[in-house]
Amino acid sequence: MSLGIEHYLILSAILFSIGLYGALAKRNAVVILMCIEIMLNAVNIAMVAFSRYLMPDTVVLTGQVFAIFIMTVAAAEAAVGLAIIITIYRNRRSVDVEQADLMRG
Amino acid sequence: MNFWLLSPELSLVGIALTVILLDLFIQQKKVLAAISVFGLIIPIAFTIALWGENQASFSGMLVVDNFSLFFKFLILGITSLVILSSMDYARKFARFQGEYYALILLSAGGLMLMGSTGELISIYIALELASISLYALVSFLKDPKSSEAGLKYMILGAISSAVLLLGMAFVFGITGTTHLDQIADKVGALVSGGQLWDSPALLFGIVLLIAGFGFKIASVPFQMWVPDVYEGAPTPITAFLSVASKAAGIAVILRVFYTAFGIAEISADWAMIFAVLGAISMTIGNVVAIAQSNIKRMLGYSSIAHAGFLMVGLAAIGTLGQSGVLFFLAGYALANLGAFIAIIAISNKIGSDEIADYSGMARRSPVISFALAFSLISLIGIPPAVGFMAKFFIFNAAIQQDLLWLVLIAALNSVISAYYYLRVVKVMYVNEPTSEEPIPSSIPLRISLAIASIGVLVLGVYPWLVLRLAENAVAMFP
Repeated sequence: MSLGIEHYLILSAILFSIGLYGALAKRNAVVILMCIEIMLNAVNIAMVAFSRYLMPDTVVLTGQVFAIFIMTVAAAEAAVGLAIIITIYRNRRSVDVEQADLMRG
Repeated sequence: MNFWLLSPELSLVGIALTVILLDLFIQQKKVLAAISVFGLIIPIAFTIALWGENQASFSGMLVVDNFSLFFKFLILGITSLVILSSMDYARKFARFQGEYYALILLSAGGLMLMGSTGELISIYIALELASISLYALVSFLKDPKSSEAGLKYMILGAISSAVLLLGMAFVFGITGTTHLDQIADKVGALVSGGQLWDSPALLFGIVLLIAGFGFKIASVPFQMWVPDVYEGAPTPITAFLSVASKAAGIAVILRVFYTAFGIAEISADWAMIFAVLGAISMTIGNVVAIAQSNIKRMLGYSSIAHAGFLMVGLAAIGTLGQSGVLFFLAGYALANLGAFIAIIAISNKIGSDEIADYSGMARRSPVISFALAFSLISLIGIPPAVGFMAKFFIFNAAIQQDLLWLVLIAALNSVISAYYYLRVVKVMYVNEPTSEEPIPSSIPLRISLAIASIGVLVLGVYPWLVLRLAENAVAMFP
């Protein structure tokens, strides 16, 4: 059995769902950041799979280039995200998002 | 590669880097604010010089036309008012003022690029340039509230950009290109071949795109972050978020949906999504705003409601709707900035954002209170303020498109909104003041407040000053 685009898309969908579930259900802010990385990498898989399977004969690498950009931006986002988590930690000695409830309503 | 077309953004980033560099040597931090404000004249001049240009460069990644220039001008104007009004507030950051102004400028650069790209990759990069700077700005105070707001904004923003990216992946997967005009060709071919809905992937992609952009403009159901972030963020940044970020989000929605999915077979479908989301946004925003006691939080819900009014304009397909949305954004920017600048001045003195603490403010500081009241009246949509004309144009466009039910909901919502805006006015003018001390304000803050308030009045009386520009700007849509 050869691998078709549907296998990659199913893998991407499973990873995206795991990431989304974790980002919404986990309490530790660092784990949430990791879950967001899983979501972004799921998108990367979909991008590269589409690019490879829809245009196998051309030298257009749009999907691959897009994936590289996503990885770069994700690194920048993680840097700012961790900095914000450190300020949270300094303020309340915990990175539990359920304790971040000063404002609600 | 035509760098002349990129000159507004290049000069803006140049100023931002200059500010960071000079921050090392300059002890008197007010100079940095002056450099930022006067430096903004350069990109504004480039934008004016480029007006009338209509070409694409950098292999279609940069599109310069009147539409993108309109938004560049709007965002540069907003940025200069926000920097002018930050000067008092920025004393709280002590030695980090250089980074503060530089981040605002960088974020403005990203927001300007969002409106002037014709390609999905560059839309994503521009959006992240704007957002990542804003994450840092929202948590800039580093106190518990501000860092909590930053955390919430960052997590939800990152999730929404992942959702947006998945939408882009599906659109790219079905059409095989990331250029908006080529996507339009491919979608047109699918429609004429009768295979448009053979695969639900394209529809799924479009819905995910709406979800991702909906987060930026604070529409339901992606509005959860708005009140908390608005309350916790430094007030000038709240002002910047509420107008500049929303304007750029609307720019990108107009560009993507009218260019790539503008064909009549699809536009009726996404227009209906915007109509329903708009109706829910304004109802939820206005009803929940009634119960708020914190003025920044109240304006947060008001911002959700205004996203709903803007989506009425998006749902009204056609030139009237497009130019109405552009005019509404200009009017909303002036009125909302006026309100926030007055709030900056008042809360600097009294150290509180509670509406109850504003009692008798009209006797302590008649000018600032009047400006705040006038801005709130514009947000309700009462003439002669600009809010009335803005709503009038959008409702007119919607009625022309047979969206009477939506206009009725919107009109009803305007009436509801009058209650909570006028409550603030009542507290300021009728209640007894708690002290007689006047509210001090610096000259830059007074200048920015005057520009915003006079703008609200002038555009309310002579709306065609901006409406002509808006009509020019949207003329390039097919």
